[in-house]
Parts: sequence; structure tokens; C-alpha cells
Amino acid sequence: MRSVVSILDLSTSEINELMNVADDIERNPEFYRSKCKHKILATIFYEPSTRTRLSFESAMLSLGGSVISTPDSKISSAAKGESISDTVRVISNYADIIVMRHPKEGAPVVAAMKATVPLINAGDGGHFHPTQTLADILTIRRTKKTLSGLTIGLCGDLMFGRTVHSLIEAMLRYPDNKYIMISPNELKLPEYMREALDKAGVSWRETESLETAMPELDVLYMTRVQKERFFNEEDYVRLKDVYILDRDKLKTAKSDLAILHPLPRVNEISVAVDDDPRAQYFYQTLCGKQMRMALIMLLLGII
Amino acid sequence: MNIDGVNNGIVLDHIKAGESMLVYDYLKLGRLKCCVAIIQNCQSKKMGLKDIVKIDELIDIDLDVLGYIDPHITVNYVKDGKLLKKRHLALPETLTNVIKCKNPRCITSTEQELPHVFKLIDREKQIYRCAYCDVVGDNK
Repeated sequence: MRSVVSILDLSTSEINELMNVADDIERNPEFYRSKCKHKILATIFYEPSTRTRLSFESAMLSLGGSVISTPDSKISSAAKGESISDTVRVISNYADIIVMRHPKEGAPVVAAMKATVPLINAGDGGHFHPTQTLADILTIRRTKKTLSGLTIGLCGDLMFGRTVHSLIEAMLRYPDNKYIMISPNELKLPEYMREALDKAGVSWRETESLETAMPELDVLYMTRVQKERFFNEEDYVRLKDVYILDRDKLKTAKSDLAILHPLPRVNEISVAVDDDPRAQYFYQTLCGKQMRMALIMLLLGII
Repeated sequence: MNIDGVNNGIVLDHIKAGESMLVYDYLKLGRLKCCVAIIQNCQSKKMGLKDIVKIDELIDIDLDVLGYIDPHITVNYVKDGKLLKKRHLALPETLTNVIKCKNPRCITSTEQELPHVFKLIDREKQIYRCAYCDVVGDNK
């Protein structure tokens, strides 16, 4: 059964095709309004996420399909100690496609092995979040008109930020991109991502300073320093405010910079930046919904 | 020093000097009822010094475990005092329940019945990664 746990589960040509379909959805939403009629999408979320869940549900409804959901995981069968394998086996009988978020890394790998319908990973701990990446690269392609030859700055929590890891994995498929990793020392990229960059032979460097990197950037990907990724409160409090993007810091940025953020933000991007034409993070959520529509259709064999 | 030859059993040869106890532990040889000899620091033309483990019974050996410890070990099966077959090892592509994932955020930390599976990602550096969470496995 075809599932998408990591962005690596999709070939480059499939990703390009998904972006083309998403562009067509943008031009022609009517054409897709009944594509998933009589199909059911189940969302199983073991940790809270309003926007990803709603994005998937909205995507399925826009395709004419239906949605079933588990309530909060605290009151669902997970709280009774049911294994992931059992849960997905059962839900495979109720839905045509499953979307899962889980706080434990690798949970969707287990789920995808047991599911008898396609399964999409909607985020597993600090590991992968492939559909966020699909949203990110479509936003980059639409705003920069290319996915090659860009200088991409990734800023904030690069250690636990799963969106960053997935985005790097995806962008490494496109040639001539340069990467600047902007983070405090405590939240640098994990070893396996550093290896992936080295192995790909791309140009990349690390810095603790957002200001010095700014003038070079074509894309700035901001991330939230997430409280739930820390083992202790003191570390979180010390690091959460280190990288805040405001109008002042943007003064040295290129006029066609694209600022992305997986959202939700806490305070890492000042609200004053929202009106700047370079801010693309709300538009990114629309791109995400359209890419999820395209992915649901791909996995259901509709496109 | 003399150690009796194996009549019906297994001789694990060309173990890197000092690693025989690792082999003993990983293969759980301490649980066997038969005679097991650990010979350390033998002279070897090929290796300088080597360890040898002799097991006086033809038991099933997990060659993946052995290949993971050291792919250069040779396994000699002896029957009626004669060499039955000789196996050369390789670093296995997959390790199942040989090493455990230490990542506290890994799904294996909460779903106890899951096998701990590691995939070989770099043969040269002998690096394995958890099949679920991608965290690199600890060294032996």
C-alpha cells in the first residue's frame, strides 16, 4: 500500500507533478470539486494540531470527500493503551486514506506497515512532516519561480524542527541551492542531516547570526522554538526569544526575499512584518492545502 | 597452552584481539550447557593477535549478530573432527533486536512489542540507523 511517511517516499517527478496539479487546482478549483466523492479520509492525531488537521480536512472536503476524526488522543483508544498497529488496522476498515500525527518519532513507519489503505504522516515528533514540505516547496516555486540556484536560510530550532529536516531533504533534489543554517549552538542541525548535506556535496554553512546571513538570502525559513521539544523549562525560556524577525532585521534583506514559516508562530516573527510583501507564511497555508489535495488524489489513484 | 580441538561444534576464528567477550555476550554463549572456550591473544600471521572462540556443539549462530560485531570473523563448522563448512561474514543490511534504539522520542520507547530494527547506511564507517526514527545506533 502506497504511503507517504517521509518526503523521500515521493520521487522528484511526483513532487513536480503534485505542484503542477496544485497550480491547476488554483486555476480550476471547480474541476476538482467531486474528485473524491464517496471517499473517506480519517485523521488520527495523537498530539494537538489545529492547522494541519484542518488543512487535511478542508482539502478532502474541497475534493468532495468526507472526513472522520478521532477525538483528542487523551480520550481515544490510545489512552486505553491500544497499539498503533491495532488502531490503524481498525481504521483501515473505516476509511480510504489515513492521516496520522504522533509525538513519537517513527510512529507512522509502524502505522504504514500495518495500514491496508494509504497513510500520510502529518508529523512525527521531531522527525518528518512531509506535507508541510510540499507546502513549503510549492510556496518557494510560486514566489521565486524556480527551485534551483537559491540561497536558503533556515532559522531557529534546527535540531528538533522536523519541517526544516524535510525541507532540506526535498530541496537537495534541486541543483545549485546554497544553505545557511542560522541557529543557537544548542539547536543546531542533527548529525544525520549534516551528513545528508555533506553527502549531497552542496554549499552550506552554519551561523548564529541572522543579521549577517540576511543580505544573501532568497528564501528565509523561520521556525518556532517549540516548548514541547525541550526536556526542561529553563532551556526553553533561555532560547525562545533568540531569533526574532522584525522590520529592522529586514532592512538589509533582498527586495524579493520570500519569508516562510510553518506556523503557528509565537513571537519569532514580529506582527509588523505581516504586511511586508515578502511575508509569505499565510499564503503558504493555502499552498499547503492545495498540495494536500494533490497528494490525497495521488495516493487514491485519482491523478 | 593447549585447548582440545572441537569434534562436533563451531570455531569462531579471526576475532579481533580483545573482542571475544563481546562475541560471547552478543551470542549469549553463557546460556549454553556445552563446553565453550575463549582463547585470547593468539598469534596470527594475518592479524598479529587474534581471539578464537570454540563451542563444543553445533548450535544455531546468528550470523547477522556476528557480522555486526566484526565482519572479518570466520565461522568454521566442525563435524566428526572434520571441517564441514567455512562461512565468511559480511556486515548485515538489517539488524533486528541486536541493538536497541536509545532515542527517548522513538516509537520503540513506548510500543514495547516492536522489534528494534536498524538499517545499514554506511558500510565503510559501519553506521546503522533506526528504521523508525533514523537516529544512529550506538557503537558496539
